[in-house]
Amino acid sequence: MLLDSVCLSQRPKLRFNSKIAEILASPRQSVPMESFSQNPSLWQPNRQASQQTDLLVRSILGLFSFVSVATTAGIVLTLFFETVDFFRVIPIWRFFSETRWTPLFASAQFGIIVLISATVLTTSIAIAVALPLGLLSAICLSEYASPKVRQILKPALEVLAGVPTVVYGYFALLFVTPLLQKIIPGLQGFNALSAGMVLGIAITPLIASLSEDAIYAVPRSLRDGSYALGATKRETIVSVVLPAALSGIVASVILAVSRAIGETMIVAIAAGQNATLGLNPLVSTMTMTAYIVQVSLGDTPAGSIAYQTLFAVGTTLFVMTLGLNVFSFWFVRRFREKYD
Amino acid sequence: MQSPTAVLSARSVSVYYGSSLAVRQVSLDIPRGEIVAFIGPSGCGKSTILRCFNRMNDLVASARVEGQITYNDRDLYGPKVDAVAIRSRIGMVFQRPNPFPKSIYENIAFGARINGYRGNMDELVEGSLRRAALWDEVKDKLRDSGLALSGGQQQRLCIARAVAIQPEVILMDEPCSALDPISTLRIEELIKELSGDYTIVIVTHNMQQASRVSDRTAFFNAEATDAGSKVGYLVEYDRTERIFHEPAQEATRDYVTGRFG
Repeated sequence: MLLDSVCLSQRPKLRFNSKIAEILASPRQSVPMESFSQNPSLWQPNRQASQQTDLLVRSILGLFSFVSVATTAGIVLTLFFETVDFFRVIPIWRFFSETRWTPLFASAQFGIIVLISATVLTTSIAIAVALPLGLLSAICLSEYASPKVRQILKPALEVLAGVPTVVYGYFALLFVTPLLQKIIPGLQGFNALSAGMVLGIAITPLIASLSEDAIYAVPRSLRDGSYALGATKRETIVSVVLPAALSGIVASVILAVSRAIGETMIVAIAAGQNATLGLNPLVSTMTMTAYIVQVSLGDTPAGSIAYQTLFAVGTTLFVMTLGLNVFSFWFVRRFREKYD
Repeated sequence: MQSPTAVLSARSVSVYYGSSLAVRQVSLDIPRGEIVAFIGPSGCGKSTILRCFNRMNDLVASARVEGQITYNDRDLYGPKVDAVAIRSRIGMVFQRPNPFPKSIYENIAFGARINGYRGNMDELVEGSLRRAALWDEVKDKLRDSGLALSGGQQQRLCIARAVAIQPEVILMDEPCSALDPISTLRIEELIKELSGDYTIVIVTHNMQQASRVSDRTAFFNAEATDAGSKVGYLVEYDRTERIFHEPAQEATRDYVTGRFG
């Protein structure tokens, strides 16, 4: 004890050790010993009360998480039963084989393929815009930007994510469409092209931000390993960093796809309400979400077949996004690299 | 006085991180074909100096190197020197094995490909893996991920990867500190086998390792500054048996006999 304190106090250069030395060198009786005594009357924990508090906290937390699970279950069940009712009247083969979507007309047809084609079209255009924009800005932000540039760029990108989609919708309709019409003469006032492009802008921050996280998470040691072999920065990014971040990048893209599929306002405003089958981006078209808006806003009586189409379309939408999420979940687990 | 056989030679090299000095005034020569060990307590700057030799410190924005380092008598930090080209001549193996998340084959082929290798890739991969004493263990699973190997195998893969681009010098930054004793022994044997063909500089915490593998040993120490940080400096550099048996400095003797550090 004494020896230790002497040794330590001889090394005043090391700051922490010198503090220890001070404590060790100080006379023992200066420590207020009463508070460290073994007197049991000073220690009376209420174990039972803390157990009850624990139980209460656990119940409250459980209740709240149950509410969200119950809500999901409620939505799924509602969709399911209403959809079953719909298919009792309209056979499922008509739903998938008819090539026109006219549930509100006298000669009603229910070819969901019409709405799916529109959704696929706008989503594809959106991804064609958002994937290069998002991925390149993610690479720029995480690999090339100086801290200063990053400080400006990143919030600017995140502002995009905060723009209300209705604003995007009118931006597409009133700004992008007239602009495009100057380049493409045959472009209709409502069209999938401008809706899809603006939809792409809207999901760019999602891809950029999640891909950047994935790229950022690639350990420094991997980049060092690549540089140490004489790789340039570009070679390191293309051949080492991006492949290592692939699972996260793919997950971000899939999330963006399901967001684009479910996105409503932009397509409802800018793509029009004209349910036509085909993948022509220059004409007006109606996506699944736009149809749901149209019917919800109208005076469709509850229980009618037109009303029930809402749920059939909603279920289709739900199954598509669920499928994508399951795929992304599987993909990430399958291809994620574990670094320790 | 620069010995004629020195591959790398440092003269009064100081390294700063930002405004704080990390290592001061290091001068030493790395003779061709020898194994040089850097030993010393944590924070003494031995890894920092090592990373100056292949300009890995360039990648740290705040790092600044003063003094002169020559590689084959040419200024390593000269204005016309391309750091990327330097790193393909002076390879590096890191503290923790860091194979790329690619197949074992691609781990080796990557370096060769970016350096414009035009020969037979299969032969190069096999030769490099044999050189790193890994071939027999992985020859049937070259398509498997490099990350599926054990830690010791991963480190030998990293050595194979460094050897594949046929550098002149291999820098090793505590290559065994994350490995178990048996893997460590295998890597040490491998280092000795490589010594004839390559100049190797190895940083190690393990003094027995330095005495087992190296021809020369440099002992670094650190001292505290008034600002509370530590500055490393070279205490003594000599043939390994002298450093361990009759060191000139008392601090070296204290360190190698385990009295501190």
